[in-house]
Amino acid sequence: MTAETVIGAVPAKAEFRTCQYTGLKVDVAAQKLIIANAVAAVVFLAIGGLMGLLVALTRWPAVHLLPADWFYLILTGHGANVLLFWIIFFEIAVLYFASAVLLNSRLAAPKLGWLAFVLMIVGALATNVAVLQGDSSVMFTSYPPMKAQPHFYLGLILFAVGALIGCILFFATLVIAKEEGTYEGSIPLVTFGALTAAIIAIFTIASGAIILIPTWLWSLGFISDIDPLMYKVVWWGMGHSSQQINVSAHVSLWYLTAALLVGAKPLSEKVSRVAFFMYILFLQLASAHHLLAEPGMDASWKIVNTSYMMYLAVMGSMVHGLTVPGAIEAAQRRNGFNRGMFEWLRKAPWGHPAFSGMFLSLVFFGFIGGISGVVLGTEQLNVLMHNTIYVPGHFHGTVVAGTTLAFMGATYIVLPLIFQREIVWPKLAKIQPYVFGIGAAGISLFMMGAGTLGVARRHWDMTFSDASLGFAHSAGAFLMMGLNGVFAVLAAIGGIIFVLVVVGTALFGQKITSGHKLTFPLFSGGGAIASHYGSEKSPKLPGTIVLVSIFFVCFVLYYFINWKYLSELWLFR
Amino acid sequence: MAVTPPERRIWWNEPIERVELVWIVIAFLWGLFMFVFMIAWHFIGQQNLSKEAYRIQPSAYEAKVDEFAKKNQVREEAGIPVVKAKPGGDVYLLGRLWQWWPILELEKGQSYRIHLSSIDWQHGFSLQPTNINIQVHPGLEHVISLTPTQSGEFGIVCNEFCGIGHHTMTGKIYVTEPKKAEAEQRLAEGDKR
Ligand code: HEM
Ligand SMILES: [Cu+2]
Ligand SMILES: [Cu+2]
Repeated sequence: MTAETVIGAVPAKAEFRTCQYTGLKVDVAAQKLIIANAVAAVVFLAIGGLMGLLVALTRWPAVHLLPADWFYLILTGHGANVLLFWIIFFEIAVLYFASAVLLNSRLAAPKLGWLAFVLMIVGALATNVAVLQGDSSVMFTSYPPMKAQPHFYLGLILFAVGALIGCILFFATLVIAKEEGTYEGSIPLVTFGALTAAIIAIFTIASGAIILIPTWLWSLGFISDIDPLMYKVVWWGMGHSSQQINVSAHVSLWYLTAALLVGAKPLSEKVSRVAFFMYILFLQLASAHHLLAEPGMDASWKIVNTSYMMYLAVMGSMVHGLTVPGAIEAAQRRNGFNRGMFEWLRKAPWGHPAFSGMFLSLVFFGFIGGISGVVLGTEQLNVLMHNTIYVPGHFHGTVVAGTTLAFMGATYIVLPLIFQREIVWPKLAKIQPYVFGIGAAGISLFMMGAGTLGVARRHWDMTFSDASLGFAHSAGAFLMMGLNGVFAVLAAIGGIIFVLVVVGTALFGQKITSGHKLTFPLFSGGGAIASHYGSEKSPKLPGTIVLVSIFFVCFVLYYFINWKYLSELWLFR
Repeated sequence: MAVTPPERRIWWNEPIERVELVWIVIAFLWGLFMFVFMIAWHFIGQQNLSKEAYRIQPSAYEAKVDEFAKKNQVREEAGIPVVKAKPGGDVYLLGRLWQWWPILELEKGQSYRIHLSSIDWQHGFSLQPTNINIQVHPGLEHVISLTPTQSGEFGIVCNEFCGIGHHTMTGKIYVTEPKKAEAEQRLAEGDKR
């Protein structure tokens, strides 16, 4: 019995081509699905990113673009389109790539892949229609008792079912590849990382189903009541773990990019794999750190679930934070850039947008998203910034400057290898990761700054001009929100360049023929490294040691600064 | 190119690089420290969120707040009662679309049992510019022992999205200097001169 008979599909005869740059055998059906999902992802990024710009311009006090009702509508649309639709469509593409392509295998049941795709598109459209109709401005978290239109929830459910099918195809493809012996030994590290992501996705989607289906029935009137606190506990079982999917996915892409562009091998396969595995083991109740400011939660419950469950996942990320730059340093030194502490870094392919995207993503994710996340998720410190705009600041550091930038970088590899088109406007492509990355890092930092000064998230008017009791924020808070607006424009320009380059390449890029020399070349032999396993042999890594030391010092300082802030608050217990 | 033979090593038996090992140990110890520090703050710190909470019907909570306000009202501002609570006593604050009700008057250095609940949707109690942020649910009465350490006028903002009037939802807390301490401080300043 093959894997396909298990999931009820007829095994198909696959058609393959061989990639001239990596030597990988590419299933044409998988390639089509990767292209479709990546294109859908970019379309939703374009829509959602534009909405993000409108939101940021409204929160820029001097501009205050949208009226209040539109602001809340667009903000709901922004969260759904970027956090769910852009990210997850791209992740499905990553899953197909990491299974079928990296393992030289055919994709299980491509027809089901198309079914998944259609379900996801229909779901995303239904939710968008509900949002744009105006009766569903409930934010993508949709906390009850606030109620949206039924098709808002139904859209999310259909989207999740589609994503679930995508994950199942990924697992089935792994089984097929094993059965048909398309690879030897263990699966490569990138596929292993994708496997982590897919396993977490199953847990995530189950949590989502448990909470969204009853909420949908409630919006239809079949259920009379949804407990708001219970909703949050389960909803964040989806909401938080899905962030762990993003992390697993973008860390996998860091390894992939490092392998393809400088020939980097993991320092030790074992360490990197265990670090991925920690994401699975220690994330389940990490939803607790979204409930630190809720009434009636026990302190020991909070501490156990935020730290025992979370700091070990943090440790996983800290390990990748060493092994990814370490792998690059080792490879670069092997490539001959061995002088001094940092020649390996200076002479890295900074002009290749996949590399700059990947490396900036690594730095921003660690320094901005990672550190702020731990602080925000600390039981007592949470009171300092719960629901302030610090929170969006934190997760624009993780999911925009981290995940989105990593996905953008990877796209510059996918375009020539999978779309088989030469990248148009290479000069624009070259600067794009910098423009977007600096913009995204800027909005993260300035939103964090404004939140530290007390500015609320999801809030139309920080001047409180229509409130019966006025309150005046400090001048510093206004300045932060203004700077946030400026960097939002920068991020938006970076986003627009990205969309233009992808669409331009997909439509007008020169078709890549045999013998074509890529504008943004790969490291020769990188494909073999990405698609096999094997550790680096006893490297010397002085540069990486300096980098992680700086990181650690920042981490510790920032952590204690926040305890200092906390100790200056009114007393409460 | 990909035809280079795979390195047939068994990855789970490979030795770990020393740099990696050191970093893993540092990361682990740091995680452990952060874990212990949260527990320690319950003993050494003065800012720990209370877990005292009761289920209550929103209408019952509303009645309690009304009664509290009627009994202790000292004046009115913008049509909202300003309520001065007994030090050490219970203080009730209500979140609803779209106001924090009533206005409170507290004394610096005194501890109060602040009750927080909503009668409709979720709201976010956000005391500014102090920056204390607590989630408020309908149907749950959260009790917090709060001691103001500064005097002056403080705003309460709503920072949980609660519909189209969310950004108009505000409240106020006045914190007065304690009378006796004030006198003492004046005396102390006089001594210096
Ligand atoms: C041009 C790029 C972007 C800009 C300028 C931008 C800006 C913003 C701003 C100003 C907010 C509102 C904060 C508030 O009022 O609460 C926000 C919210 C948010 N953004 Fe972005 N963003 C961008 C891209 C992204 C991307 C790529 C993602 C996800 C991958 C993302 C995810 C979110 C989420 C989840 C929220 C929260 C929505 C909510 O509170 O319901 N953003 N963004
Ligand atoms: Cu409110
Ligand atoms: Cu509100």
